[in-house]
Amino acid sequence: MLSGATVRWHEIQPDPCQRIYFANHTSHLDALVLWSSLPRPVREVTRPVAAKDYWSKDPVRRYISSCFNAMLIDREEIKVHQSPVDVMIREIGLKYSLIVFPEGTRNRDEEMQEFKSGLYYLSKKRPDLELVPVYIDNLNRVLPRGEFLPVPLLSCITFGPPMWLEPKESKVEFLKRAREAVRRLKEV
Amino acid sequence: MSPASSFITDSFALAGQLTWLPEIRANIPQIKLDARTNILLGTVLVLLFAAYIVGRVLKRQPESTANPAVVRTFNLRVRAWWMMFSILIAGFVMGYSVTLVLFGVISFWALREFITMTPTRRGDHRALFWTFFLFTPLQYLLVGLGKEFYAIYTVMIPVYASLIIPARIAFSGDPKRFLERTAKIQAGLLICVYSLSHAPAILSLDLTDSSKNPWDLSAAATNNAGTLADEMPPTEPAISAAPPLPVVKVAKEPGSNAGLLFYFILLVQLNDVFQYGWGILLGKHVIAPQINASRTWEGLIGGCLCTMLVGTLLFWATPFEVWEAACISLIVAIMGSAGGITMSAIKRDRGVRDYGTLVQGHAGVLDRIDSLCFAAPVFFHITRFFFTQWS
Repeated sequence: MLSGATVRWHEIQPDPCQRIYFANHTSHLDALVLWSSLPRPVREVTRPVAAKDYWSKDPVRRYISSCFNAMLIDREEIKVHQSPVDVMIREIGLKYSLIVFPEGTRNRDEEMQEFKSGLYYLSKKRPDLELVPVYIDNLNRVLPRGEFLPVPLLSCITFGPPMWLEPKESKVEFLKRAREAVRRLKEV
Repeated sequence: MSPASSFITDSFALAGQLTWLPEIRANIPQIKLDARTNILLGTVLVLLFAAYIVGRVLKRQPESTANPAVVRTFNLRVRAWWMMFSILIAGFVMGYSVTLVLFGVISFWALREFITMTPTRRGDHRALFWTFFLFTPLQYLLVGLGKEFYAIYTVMIPVYASLIIPARIAFSGDPKRFLERTAKIQAGLLICVYSLSHAPAILSLDLTDSSKNPWDLSAAATNNAGTLADEMPPTEPAISAAPPLPVVKVAKEPGSNAGLLFYFILLVQLNDVFQYGWGILLGKHVIAPQINASRTWEGLIGGCLCTMLVGTLLFWATPFEVWEAACISLIVAIMGSAGGITMSAIKRDRGVRDYGTLVQGHAGVLDRIDSLCFAAPVFFHITRFFFTQWS
């Protein structure tokens, strides 16, 4: 409502099958808006991944993150067999889909940052998951980094055709291709 | 005296000074619909139904007989008119405050489209927040407080908002393209909020005819009854039962402000249609091809003359004499056309075709109200200057 988001499905249909939605990250509202733009049956099995240190800081944030069924991942304490990717794979089981922001943190300017490797390891361990690129447009103007009062501008969320990790594809190549897939949705 | 008790007494003193509040309440105008307004509304309703059916029939025609693009535009237009008509009627039935809130919401939407289209920078964020959540509601609140606040609501945005916005942007410390950014936000606020708010402001005027005999039915009724209780829109019998007006000579039978507002909106919308129609029929000389390839001099002149004709024929719904109605409707038509072409220029500058296609799936509110925004202040001021009692 607040962001007046338009949702477009480009060469893809909403489906409650297991997917990983990966998007550019520009605003705190990203996960929230992306999650609410999914149709209800899909939304019920989709969990945004969020930073534990930020989202469990106070009761309000804990409440918000529980509303969205968020999966809180510890960014600081990473143990053997407890890496974020392991935790995610264990948590989703054979049911849930995930929303991830491979840039790792909200970017400050227009251009997207390099993707972090989590997406690669996720798809290496679970090659059956559909990787769905999502481009979020204009939300950084609704609520930019460091602001807490939103401005009600119109925004747009575009879902793109799914991709998979190709056999023998290197990490760098894959991440580049994934980033390009998100960036390309800006033009469609 | 302790600070707490002095605070309490101060508060009481302040509350005592607030006794003017009910007076303001009494000044909030009521909406009454008279018989002629009802006739006008009914006629438009019938026409809208006809347009709807024509649109439906055209949609089923094979592509050879009807240009599908034209049919689509037509159907979109008709749908927008239904929306506008329903909003106006809902407002009229539920009262002045509701009408204002509805216009406020439309302004908010239009401003949203305007600012979305305009590139702004991080440093503008706070200023934009105030634009949306302070200046927009405040403007409609001031208009809502009635004609007594005329002096404030006509300067609030052009003077105070125009000064506060650049100051707020300056405080956030980003000098890049400063003047340009400021001007864009100010233009958005001026067109989408300030100008449009003059349309519902017509409802608050105590209308007279040009020789200053009261015309406004609701004001006369409120003054005589002295209460705010009866908010029911009287129908035809109420006209004959209306108390005799305390004037020697009534040049024109009183009508209602709501009717005048409806007359104005109808003219502006018809003007758009006439321009389009004449442009298709005769259009040869494009006014400014780089701004809008479909706006022609033939369309402009033909449209304005047709609007003038309709406006003149409908003079009975207004406090205007025949020749006055002709002049005013011509001015409204010219301003409406100016609004259309100005907004086209802004769109071309930003490289968008319609505000509606800015973000897919959203109906372009700004596309529908651009001409209304430009014509509203002029119509309001002409009406206020020549057709109200003021000292």
